[in-house]
Amino acid sequence: MTSIVKSIINSFQAFPIDPFLLAVLAILIPGIIIFLIMAVNALIAVYFERKVSAFMQDRLGPMEVGIFGFKGGKKFWGGIGQTFADAIKLLAKEDIIPKDADKFLMVLAPFIIFTGAFLTFVGLPISDSLVISNFNIGIFYIIAMSSVGVIGIILAGWSSNNKWSLYGAMRAAAQMISYEIPIALSLILVVLVSGHLDIHGIVQWQADNRWFILHSPFAFLGFVIYFISVVAETNRTPFDIPEAESELVAGWMTEYSGFRWALFFLSEYANMLIVAFVASIVFLGGWLSPFQLIDLPFIDILPESWLVLDGTIFGIFWLFMKAVILIFCMMWFRWTFPRLRVDQLMYVCWKIFIPFALANVILVSIWELIF
Amino acid sequence: MDTTLDKSIVNIDEMVLNMGPQHPSTHGVLRLKIHTDGEVVSKIEPIIGYLHRCFEKHCENLSYEQIVPFTDRCDYLASMHMDHAYSIAVEKLLDIELPERVEYIRVIIAELQRIASHLVAIGTFGLDVGAITPFTWTIRDRERVLDLFEALCGARLLYNYIWPGGVSHDLSPKFIQRTQEFLDYFETQIFEYNELLTGNKIFIERTADVGVMPAEVAVNFGVTGPSLRGSGVAYDLRKTQPYSIYDKFEFNVPVGEGTMGTVGDSWDRYWVRMVEMEESIKIIRQAMASLPDGDVHAAMPKKIRPAKGDVYSRYESARGDVGIYIQSNGKNVPLRLKMRSPAFCNLSVLGEIGEGWMISDVITILGSLDIVLGEIDR
Repeated sequence: MTSIVKSIINSFQAFPIDPFLLAVLAILIPGIIIFLIMAVNALIAVYFERKVSAFMQDRLGPMEVGIFGFKGGKKFWGGIGQTFADAIKLLAKEDIIPKDADKFLMVLAPFIIFTGAFLTFVGLPISDSLVISNFNIGIFYIIAMSSVGVIGIILAGWSSNNKWSLYGAMRAAAQMISYEIPIALSLILVVLVSGHLDIHGIVQWQADNRWFILHSPFAFLGFVIYFISVVAETNRTPFDIPEAESELVAGWMTEYSGFRWALFFLSEYANMLIVAFVASIVFLGGWLSPFQLIDLPFIDILPESWLVLDGTIFGIFWLFMKAVILIFCMMWFRWTFPRLRVDQLMYVCWKIFIPFALANVILVSIWELIF
Repeated sequence: MDTTLDKSIVNIDEMVLNMGPQHPSTHGVLRLKIHTDGEVVSKIEPIIGYLHRCFEKHCENLSYEQIVPFTDRCDYLASMHMDHAYSIAVEKLLDIELPERVEYIRVIIAELQRIASHLVAIGTFGLDVGAITPFTWTIRDRERVLDLFEALCGARLLYNYIWPGGVSHDLSPKFIQRTQEFLDYFETQIFEYNELLTGNKIFIERTADVGVMPAEVAVNFGVTGPSLRGSGVAYDLRKTQPYSIYDKFEFNVPVGEGTMGTVGDSWDRYWVRMVEMEESIKIIRQAMASLPDGDVHAAMPKKIRPAKGDVYSRYESARGDVGIYIQSNGKNVPLRLKMRSPAFCNLSVLGEIGEGWMISDVITILGSLDIVLGEIDR
């Protein structure tokens, strides 16, 4: 299977180039691509979230800042430049480190969190064969890398030397470590059925058979457990107790400002995109066109290529559409639900999700044996 | 095996957490000193006084008319109630009879103010449990009440509208029409709040059975208002000791029934406020239907100089039983003015019912008590 790193190496093979320089290029170019994806994602998602919340709360949202004199319309595009202005503001802001904070750890923590999100993108395809590096243990790698961030959160909370930060970090650690178990157990289902750990194989199985969410009732239940668990994993309402604004001020981010805080923000929205991507790839057919599902009579009338709309380029579109719908659902939750308490959160994880997810693994195996 | 901890080796001190005065959900400048064992709270000490403005001392140097703007600033979310409470006390001291139209206008305004105040209470309670959207919705509707008040007297928060001996401006027919429109609109909105917040499973999980205040504890601590009625005690001064003309109107006193958990839990206190808004709508409708004509100023002496003596009057504000004690020595300034603050007594129960709960629950309980620091500190 091709990947971006391989094609870079192949295309530079023709030129007489130093192997060391080639390695640097093969690392640098994908790195820039990932960073661009993360930055653009944060810019758009934050704007989207503001407008979605404004719509739900009967407000207008950002309406003042335009780009290059373009002020947008009266409604959705009204404050299109707002997130750019915010990004510039965050970069230019004074960087405050409290006097009694552990300076080294406090500076280190945002980068660990950022690294966790960044590395996950390496194994995450954007479309058919558009992946930075294709692992044969892709899904395992993504689970492993998405749990790196929790180390950074604990460091951030501890090093800030603030009680609110400490509470937030302890809550976050408990929550994120707990919710990784149902997530992993739900993702195991697809591995069990398709027999593949690499993402390409998983999507190929779905292309040959059907979307995994339609595989069996248990797979659907697995999707529900996965989706609720990742909302908790990304610390969003109703599971945003680590940064519960009305309780813990800003949780583990309380003492951070400026660029470091921007890194937290970037990683948070990148994590949202990652979990939405994984859900789309594993359960919703990845870059496959949803028209494959429909067997309408007019499919015979129109040329097949019109409606199926598959391929690498359309794959980007479909994957992003699926992810955006899931991200919208996460925003919908956030602006509708109150927050759970920390013990209720643990109850939901350990007493409901994990037993159900475990039973799911067994039931899907039985289903596979029978059908 | 001995499993008890050797305390000389392991340090198991409690952590003292200082919540406030700059905390997002202490409803003003309240400071809570919270002793915590992990997430569980073992002791709460409310520390007040950050908003103390010497209200009572000021009053000793101000003439009776000049005190009204100061009463506005006590409970700034229900200024009309404070004006009304004070005016009733002064009128009782002077022993004057008011035109009937004044009483009707005051009741309409007071009940609109109760709706506005409860909307803030419900919205911020939603914020305390983490739901942001109900807050913007309630503030949106409170805005319409404030618009009405602005049309009435020009001010949006501190009205200086209800004076001893009358009100500052008469109601216009336009105002009555706009109030009707608002009430029609608002009745549908209550349904929407219930859809969004009241019946939400997470909201019920967070508030039902949390911070249970038994009726006995509530009475012992002097808790009044919706917080007391949430504990199942049907005590509302508008019913038990009707002042003004409340005895002319049909309305119920909602009490907590433990619908979602135990009687007196946070959900009940929230629910009582929700139902009270509907009762307020009923009262306003009745008052507007039978609004008499007449003057809006009683015949008052040019300078208010009550005879020697004292008076204590009670008033049911949005937060509870406001008591105003005025001692007069025959001059145009009161010798002493003392105010019983309902929110102060309601806050004092926090240490009793908040212990043993988690940090998140302390926020919930505080929100359900609906305190206003302007009134506590005065």
